[in-house]
Amino acid sequence: MTAIRRIDGFAWLAAPALVYLGVLYAVPLALLLFKSLSTAGTFPSFAGYAEFFGDDFHLNILWRTLRVALLVTGLSLLVAYPTAFVLARARGVVQTIILVAMVLPLAVGVVVKTFAWSILFRSDGLLNKMLMGLGIADEPVRMLFTETALVIAAANIFLPFMVLPIYAVVRQLDPRLVEAAATLGATPLHAFFRVVVPLTLPGVVAGAAFVFSMAVSMYVIPSLIVGERSQTMAMLIARSYLFLRDEQLGSSMSAILLVIAVAVVLGSSALIRRLGGGRT
Amino acid sequence: MTAVEKAARLASWLVAATVVVFLLGPLVVTVVVSFTSSSIYTLPPPEWSLRWYASLSQKSGLAEAVWLSVQIALLSTALALVLGTTAAIAVVRGRFAGREAIATFAVSPLMMPGLVVGVALLQAFRAVGFRDAWTSLILAHVIITLPFVVRTLLAALERFDFTLIDAARTLGLSYPQAVLKVLMPGLAPAFLTSGLFAFLASMDNYPISIFLTDARNKTLPIKMLQYLEEQPDPTLAAISTGLIVLALIVLAVGSRSVGLNRMVH
Repeated sequence: MTAIRRIDGFAWLAAPALVYLGVLYAVPLALLLFKSLSTAGTFPSFAGYAEFFGDDFHLNILWRTLRVALLVTGLSLLVAYPTAFVLARARGVVQTIILVAMVLPLAVGVVVKTFAWSILFRSDGLLNKMLMGLGIADEPVRMLFTETALVIAAANIFLPFMVLPIYAVVRQLDPRLVEAAATLGATPLHAFFRVVVPLTLPGVVAGAAFVFSMAVSMYVIPSLIVGERSQTMAMLIARSYLFLRDEQLGSSMSAILLVIAVAVVLGSSALIRRLGGGRT
Repeated sequence: MTAVEKAARLASWLVAATVVVFLLGPLVVTVVVSFTSSSIYTLPPPEWSLRWYASLSQKSGLAEAVWLSVQIALLSTALALVLGTTAAIAVVRGRFAGREAIATFAVSPLMMPGLVVGVALLQAFRAVGFRDAWTSLILAHVIITLPFVVRTLLAALERFDFTLIDAARTLGLSYPQAVLKVLMPGLAPAFLTSGLFAFLASMDNYPISIFLTDARNKTLPIKMLQYLEEQPDPTLAAISTGLIVLALIVLAVGSRSVGLNRMVH
């Protein structure tokens, strides 16, 4: 016991959670990686990866998945950045409205929101009626089953995860810094890009990493918005397990997706530390 | 204020207003569609009707799916609250190496591809011959709910003034009594908000559950997607409206007790 005390009694309180996550999260993921590297009992074998990377069909899906995730991240960053500033400056009712608009969709869940978008994108849906009413389109535009629709719906669904981390850093921004920059002769634009943007970067990186990692592995949104016609990595993984029974390919693709996610997590937290941000 | 600043401010307000409409619009549309008399999603509805709410009782397996999802969400959240709180106390109060790593590890499932975690669990359960769908769903959903608890409790514990516990002990309470009467009430708001969000995340999960369900144990999101494929009528909008109302209740409870601003952290 004395030896344990010297380590730190509090350490033991982490044990239940660590054992739980170890057994039901880390070990299964490690097994999955192992499985992706073995074929018919031989280890290591790269047959699963050869099957994946040797086929243009699969490579196209990987490329589409990454492209969609990047577009989703970019689009949500573009609208989230100014929104975070407005939210930080807003008071009273306006602040409540914006906060509700952020938190309510988070509480509603992906399935409901994706279903809502599938109604909006229908050819007889509200968006098409608006486009035709405004004279922008003469006939219904095909929206469902397009990549644009996927990007818009996903950006909508993940947007709060981009706004909130940026809001957290903007809120702590000292307004006197901008005044100080102005006093020292900086133009507003110069002050914005040299003072405000660098200070909010930790929030931007945290939000972008979060949105990207969710967008790269999303499953419900593409299966309802674009369907089987243009698959993503996650859809292909589900298919290879649930229908094709090709677990070799499935585990290799899972491993690829896992490596992307881990790289984003580790890369973004290292970047945030370098930028001087705290835990988000 | 210069012209550039004014323009920038106006533009940001326009973006923010659009964002509010963009975020709440889909939810409003869902609620409106659920009250339509038509069997297709025409907007605005030709006539108002409650027929899709009446048809809820005829949806086979819906009640079972709701009940299963509620059970799994409640039990996995309860388990996560215990595991997450003890782990967060260890990280905040402990003075041992690797505390940050423990925090990152416990929160990491939030950023992992859910589908991959589901596949990994499916293979692991199969490898040890474990086939009980109900139990595997609970075990898996703790991985979903735990990050919410750990993240919120870490922040709450860092704000908590631990000298209060020493003060309570000076006033004659034993250490367990002090923890129970001083620390636990202090953490109550954190338990509430993290518990609510963990519960909702479990209720909504699809990518992990899809690999662990069987014919008799289907959670609500899985059932909803199945209905959508089989018969995409506005009954689904009625179910969704129910879930939106649930989210509104959660939000009201949360903002009453801790305030909206604290909920987003």
